[in-house]
Amino acid sequence: MKKNIIMLMIICLVFSLVGCGKNTPTDESTITIAAAASLKNCVDDVLIPMFTEKYPDIQVKATYDSSGKLQTQIEQGADIDVFMSASMKQMNELAEKGFMIHDSIVELLENKIVLIVPVNNTKEIREFKDILKADQIAIGDQASVPAGQYAKEALTNLNLWGQVIEKASLGTNVTEVLNWVAEGSADAGIVYSTDAASTKKVKVVAEAPEGSVSKVIYPVGIVKTSKDEASAKKFLDFLQTEEVKKVFESYGFVAK
Amino acid sequence: MQMSPIIISMKTASAAIAFTFLLGIFVARWVVNIKSEKAKMVLDGILTLPLVLPPTVVGFLLLIIFGVNRPIGKFLLEFLGVKIVFSWPATVIAAVVISFPLMYRSARGAFEQIDPDLVMAAKTLGMSERKIFWRITMPLALPGVAGGGILAFARGLGEFGATAMIAGNIAHETRTLPLAIYTEVAAGNMEAASYYVIIVMSISFLVVALTNYFSLKERKYLK
Repeated sequence: MKKNIIMLMIICLVFSLVGCGKNTPTDESTITIAAAASLKNCVDDVLIPMFTEKYPDIQVKATYDSSGKLQTQIEQGADIDVFMSASMKQMNELAEKGFMIHDSIVELLENKIVLIVPVNNTKEIREFKDILKADQIAIGDQASVPAGQYAKEALTNLNLWGQVIEKASLGTNVTEVLNWVAEGSADAGIVYSTDAASTKKVKVVAEAPEGSVSKVIYPVGIVKTSKDEASAKKFLDFLQTEEVKKVFESYGFVAK
Repeated sequence: MQMSPIIISMKTASAAIAFTFLLGIFVARWVVNIKSEKAKMVLDGILTLPLVLPPTVVGFLLLIIFGVNRPIGKFLLEFLGVKIVFSWPATVIAAVVISFPLMYRSARGAFEQIDPDLVMAAKTLGMSERKIFWRITMPLALPGVAGGGILAFARGLGEFGATAMIAGNIAHETRTLPLAIYTEVAAGNMEAASYYVIIVMSISFLVVALTNYFSLKERKYLK
């Protein structure tokens, strides 16, 4: 009986090893992208399929969250090859701390900061000043969400920040902010024009006034601990092709 | 570290347990008395669902109910002027729904463990159903019911997913401890987060210790 069990275990072990050998093609690699939540639709729906069609031997996995949280994850050693941030701040901090390959960092895209309201909004919010008419305001947490930092910058320059923060619900990523407004939970919110373009449930009432907010740059770079730098580099080059620029533009970005 | 998340969390968990406790006992008693086994099974499934579903799914369902663009939420807003979403009561609703199954299951288990002979004996002696419940069933089931209440309180205190979806993250209003921890970690303020974490861990430990105390008492009682 004992012998049988041992035999069975050996057979199982052998089978598992055989399985191993068969299931691992030698020339396939996987890269993991960590991208700002605002890039999700574009990357998931178009860019990854497009890239894997071009490079069938490279698997692309993607994770999306606020750039601040992704920064923390990269600092804690998350297995990430390419970082697409929604703000220079996170990228610069990571670069300074030595987490990024310096010369891989590229300024890829530009986005706009806009004020949105639910489609059937009755609060007569027409410009940034009117934001105080809202009972609840959704913005990104300025401590971790770039869209929130830009919102704070614009509102501070317009002398509205102190009153806005009193009734602000702070989203931990920009998609959460968008959904809060789309569902009508909040009467107004500040997001990127690309987010606003992704749903019919919100209406853009104003762009942040010229000069009130710094330019929203999306940088991209390769993480130093990447196990497959060559594939990551291919992805970065792919992001800068004319073809991909057109895709970005269709999603409301300005390609640099 | 701010005090407001602690106060909000304690307020939310306390208000939630008041509802959950009574609702859980009431519903458990009702389900135990249902004759049809099939109906019992289906009902039990539905009532336990919030325990096994991801809290985000519960949050989604609550949003469908209370969202201002949804029939019920719209009705409440237009006719009663009550906006549930993004208000403090929303944190209580989320906590009640999420913690309810713990209370309900504990109470049901406690009721079902009672020796039916005791209830029968009371019946032969002419006690009314109501009196039997309060004088026989409840005292016998109390340790189990109390344990369930404590677990439900802890679960309500820790509720995060559904809360974020229907109550938002408004400082001094709906930012509970779990949301404060999430916000601080996202911002990289590990130190601030760690204070909140210590508080939550202390309360949770106390709760588990209390539950053990009650189950110990229950075992002694049954002997």
